[in-house]
Amino acid sequence: MTEHRTPLARVRGLGSAKTGTAHFWHQRLTAVANVPLTIAFVLIVLALLGRNHAAAQQILASPLVAIVMLLFIGSITYHMRIGMQVIIEDYVHEETAKLALIMLNTFFAVAVALASAYAIFKLSFGV
Amino acid sequence: MAGSKAPTRPLSPHMQIYRWPLPMAMSILHRITGAGLYVGTLLMAWWLIATASGPNAYATFGAFINSWIGQLILFGYTWALLHHMLGGIRHLIWDTGHGFSQSEREWLSLATAVGSISLTVLLWVISYLSIGGGQ
Repeated sequence: MTEHRTPLARVRGLGSAKTGTAHFWHQRLTAVANVPLTIAFVLIVLALLGRNHAAAQQILASPLVAIVMLLFIGSITYHMRIGMQVIIEDYVHEETAKLALIMLNTFFAVAVALASAYAIFKLSFGV
Repeated sequence: MAGSKAPTRPLSPHMQIYRWPLPMAMSILHRITGAGLYVGTLLMAWWLIATASGPNAYATFGAFINSWIGQLILFGYTWALLHHMLGGIRHLIWDTGHGFSQSEREWLSLATAVGSISLTVLLWVISYLSIGGGQ
């Protein structure tokens, strides 16, 4: 059977999808957070340049540096996951490939976030 | 259409024959630097994991990042990070509904380009001076 109703007629009266602007908003929220966190990250990297392992370990394990690094890691990986999803949705139109890439995108962002956070925790709590 | 005279009016040009206006170039660079930073997080993760793993892994990372290819990647990463940050601030200004006039668009785009390049050079000059020539 051919669907004769227009797309507009089919959605009328169902209300909004409710989450339409969530990505837009989260992208801005993390963008604002990224500005001071990126400046802090650059300063941390500058402070670590040319240090030996023991000194680098000590600096990264200090509470303030570790907390800023964790916030930075969380904010940028969330931000880049949304950003890459937009890129995928813009250029990949084949449904299966698009879904696969969006899943891989999430796996990558979560893996980078957890691996980096794990390293910070290990530096902070030892063993 | 065959045999008819070629129209003298401009036909909608495609990207590769467009004279790139600066805001357009900055918009495209914003996406490219964003994608570059995405891949670049692997470098950050490697650095943190290497530091957490011990002196040997840290030395391996150090050997890579101090090689010419490592320095080139890090220089590109620095520029991409600053360009994406300044471009992002420009977008946040636009989100408030300001900065859309012709002169403001040009000025903001120029500030993104000039700002990111000069800040990158400045940071690298500072880092080379502070550690005395790359080590």
